[in-house]
Amino acid sequence: MNAKKTLSLSLASAMALGLLAGCGSSASSAAASTADSTAPAADSTSTAASSDAAGKVYYLNFKPEQDEAWQDLAAKYTEETGVPVTVVTAASGQYETTLMSEMAKSDAPTLFQVNGPVGLASWKDYCYDLSGSKIAGELTSDSYALKDGDATLGIGYVIESYGLITNKSLLEKAGYSVDDIKSFADLKKVAEDITARKDELGFAAFTSAGMDGSSDWRFKTHLANLPIYFEYQADGINNTDAIKGTYLDNYKDIFDLYINNSTCDPAELAGKTGDDSRNEFLNNEAVFFQNGSWEYTNLVGDGKPFTDDDLTMMPIYIGVGDEANQGLCTGTENYWCVNKEASEEDINATLDFIYWCVSSDEGTKAMADDMGFVIPFKAAAESPNLFVKVDNEMTAEGKTPVAWNFSTMPSENWKNGVGSALTAYAAGTGSWDDVVTAFVDGWATEAALNAAA
Amino acid sequence: MEKAIKRYWPVFVLPTLIAFIIGFVWPFIWGAGLSFCKFTTVKNVQFVGLSNYKMIWIDDTFTHAFWFTAAFTVVSTVLINVLAFSIALLLTRGMRGTNAFRTIFFLPNLIGGIVLGYIWQILLNGILSALGKPLLALNATYGFWGLIILMCWQQIGYMMIIYIAGLQNVPTDLIEAARIDGATSRQILFKIKVPMVMPSVTICTFLTLTNSFKLFDQNLSLTAGEPAKQSMMLAYNIYDTFYARSGPQWKGIGQAKAVVFFLFVVVISLIQLHFTRSKEVQQ
Amino acid sequence: MGKTAKDRRINSVLSVVLTIICILWMYPVFMILMNSLKTERAITTTHAFELPTAETFVGLKNYIYGITEMDFLSSLWYSFIITISSVALILLCCSMCAWYIIRVQSVLSKGMYYLCVFSMIVPFQMVMFTLAKTADSLKLNSPYNICIIYLGFGAGLAVFMFTGFVKSMPIAIEEAAMIDGCNPLQIFFKVVCPILKPTMISTAILETMWVWNDYLLPTLVLDIKQYRTIPMAIQYFRGSYGKVEMAPMMACIMITVIPVIVLYLVCQKYIIDGVVAGAVKG
Repeated sequence: MNAKKTLSLSLASAMALGLLAGCGSSASSAAASTADSTAPAADSTSTAASSDAAGKVYYLNFKPEQDEAWQDLAAKYTEETGVPVTVVTAASGQYETTLMSEMAKSDAPTLFQVNGPVGLASWKDYCYDLSGSKIAGELTSDSYALKDGDATLGIGYVIESYGLITNKSLLEKAGYSVDDIKSFADLKKVAEDITARKDELGFAAFTSAGMDGSSDWRFKTHLANLPIYFEYQADGINNTDAIKGTYLDNYKDIFDLYINNSTCDPAELAGKTGDDSRNEFLNNEAVFFQNGSWEYTNLVGDGKPFTDDDLTMMPIYIGVGDEANQGLCTGTENYWCVNKEASEEDINATLDFIYWCVSSDEGTKAMADDMGFVIPFKAAAESPNLFVKVDNEMTAEGKTPVAWNFSTMPSENWKNGVGSALTAYAAGTGSWDDVVTAFVDGWATEAALNAAA
Repeated sequence: MEKAIKRYWPVFVLPTLIAFIIGFVWPFIWGAGLSFCKFTTVKNVQFVGLSNYKMIWIDDTFTHAFWFTAAFTVVSTVLINVLAFSIALLLTRGMRGTNAFRTIFFLPNLIGGIVLGYIWQILLNGILSALGKPLLALNATYGFWGLIILMCWQQIGYMMIIYIAGLQNVPTDLIEAARIDGATSRQILFKIKVPMVMPSVTICTFLTLTNSFKLFDQNLSLTAGEPAKQSMMLAYNIYDTFYARSGPQWKGIGQAKAVVFFLFVVVISLIQLHFTRSKEVQQ
Repeated sequence: MGKTAKDRRINSVLSVVLTIICILWMYPVFMILMNSLKTERAITTTHAFELPTAETFVGLKNYIYGITEMDFLSSLWYSFIITISSVALILLCCSMCAWYIIRVQSVLSKGMYYLCVFSMIVPFQMVMFTLAKTADSLKLNSPYNICIIYLGFGAGLAVFMFTGFVKSMPIAIEEAAMIDGCNPLQIFFKVVCPILKPTMISTAILETMWVWNDYLLPTLVLDIKQYRTIPMAIQYFRGSYGKVEMAPMMACIMITVIPVIVLYLVCQKYIIDGVVAGAVKG
């Protein structure tokens, strides 16, 4: 009995003490943080001369593929200026958790990233206002600045495109060329013809799906972007709390086309991973592979089977809008933010570092060649990435790129809901109505939750 | 003598005490306190009273995780113990190769949770794919059984060792005597062996119970809660709420969930204490 | 105890059955080994069960890639350092503490004991954030001093196991040593320690299994700018956009598993005894 009493007693006192601790620290820290936020705002212009000052940069990088290139670039910068730059890359799917735990530490990241307005909402108290900073002045278009009111809190630093990666050699074998496909109707005709002759040709139209976490974003996020984009266009808006689902039938058409003309039976799609999908494409088992410019290094290069001549990227036609002038889906969901809570020296060092990255020869070259990025800055070097070139050509021809509206999707929960419904639909265990419900009603529910929080 | 030792307390107790305060006491108290606050980092703590505890139920993930965990705990506890006991029985028959078998069965226990999860993810996805079924991450039922299989693979060896020790302590003359009296093997098993290893049964039951209830690493690496948090267990749900949901309100809610989770564990432990006590009385 | 012919027949049948089960039991490890020798492209869900062929066999390439590119050796080293230092510290401090708790009747020892028991049942999620924060402000975030955190959070089980054993130790020997003029420190190291050796081994094994495989604590506490333990490194094989570098990941899983298996085969007796002893006390 004694033991229990001591236990409950210590528990009770623990609770009481904790309360005191919680409240005490809130009062003192509030004062500290206001003091912090006023100080560094004073001189964002004087950063030019401050590269000698003792500051350091800690960059929490989002993209594991580019980890090595960032490490090299950081080392180069340190060598040149003496400013220590640490780059840490979060494991896949762990960016938010890593950021959250690192921000709580005394040595928090000075440079981190958010994925757009929704991501910014939770971190804006930690974002330094970049208005008037040198890097903001380097942007080619103001649309790459992520704003909250008048403050520029994030700077888009990489533009990516996605579409249908196409194996031109296989397409020719099937008797078609890229120029034959200019609309959804064309795509459907070609795909269904390939499927009809699947055994004879020895390959299929589309790669299998990968509906699990490894690549479900290709459908629940990237493909879902198209109906959202066209709805926004039609309604002349760029965000909404209630999606209408005007073009969901077209979404169904393209998804049906994918699943009915892939390397495997629709019912087996749920048993395939994103890696399976990529490997099928690499092994010449499918002509089309919906993915983005980031896949380039996985497809072309040392030890990879393709050269630039084998591949191209086509827009994803869903049978809406002016298809003749539709470009690739191009945009960004990678915005740099500078941590407001960092010391003034560190903030200045960070601003100098990112400015150097996007304006100096070494920086722009590394971002283009080693990371394969297209950066929306004036001094950008030309990227060797084939898909980026395709995007540039299309834009030059006067085609309109499809914007990345998925940064306005209300939450991860919404995406997951749509993803599960899509999977069930593909496997034949769910109906398309469930997808519509998840899409339209789910959007409203999640938007309401966001508003309430 | 007691006085002499007492004077040495700075040497004997102080190091542990200090580490204990740093590593446990202070974080615990602070954590309990933070469950009544809203915060992102510790710089912006704001007292919000009990609202975090109400917010736990704002979405159904915690309730779902609770039932998922409860079902998982029951199924895995029963399966692991029955299988481990059966294997232990077989391995105490004195057949050839007993040692080798014991070695192999125990081995998976030494592999860490994260690694285990990935091994089984690859294996189970391969099997499911070959059968034309959805992957682990797409179907919570498969995820559930995947976790059960993984847990069995990991834990059976450990529990088997404890049962073997228990069975070896059953006096052989007792069994001999029973056999001479004409008892069947079944009677010997249920009337002598099982009652005699009851202490081991209690220990193993509670070990598996708490292991399953607090499971985290395996859950993270095998299914990561997919699809849509349907295969998420309590410990992982807390972690997910705390670190993966963006927005300042979630951390406090995560901490409140942790307190509730802690209270669940206390209840389980009190039940265990009760059982262990009453068992001691009987002996 | 004589065995009948029937018994023997059953036993040989059972031997065969168990052998088959054991082969299946080891299959997951074998499968990882097999796939770790194949090229990335041959590891899809449909090809996971195929043996490497001349075309897909790449020898040790994945191992070399994993070790060089992912800096896996330093992860191995950090895991090693953390485990050794933490377990050593836990054994030393907790055995001393446990001896004190049993031999001295005071508020301090009572309090410590109940705190330990209490700490054993607290789930890590309860303290994860505040523990990480505390460790961060005290700079206990490198592999060389994280052992203090492990001592703090892991002391409960160790103290509990040691007290269980010390309780059953006769006090007479210690009293004799005291009369011979030994001070308490000498008594502890010369008299008590040797007697505690079996418990030390058991505790060491249980704590090693915990620390070596621990994922969440080092992930949150360690300074990730510089250090990654093995479980953390394994997580890093998953790229963004869902790409998993399967082949090197499996190679590294093998590198992680093999030393554990070897160690286990060498110290099997101790490990199994340790588990039994730990269970009886716990």
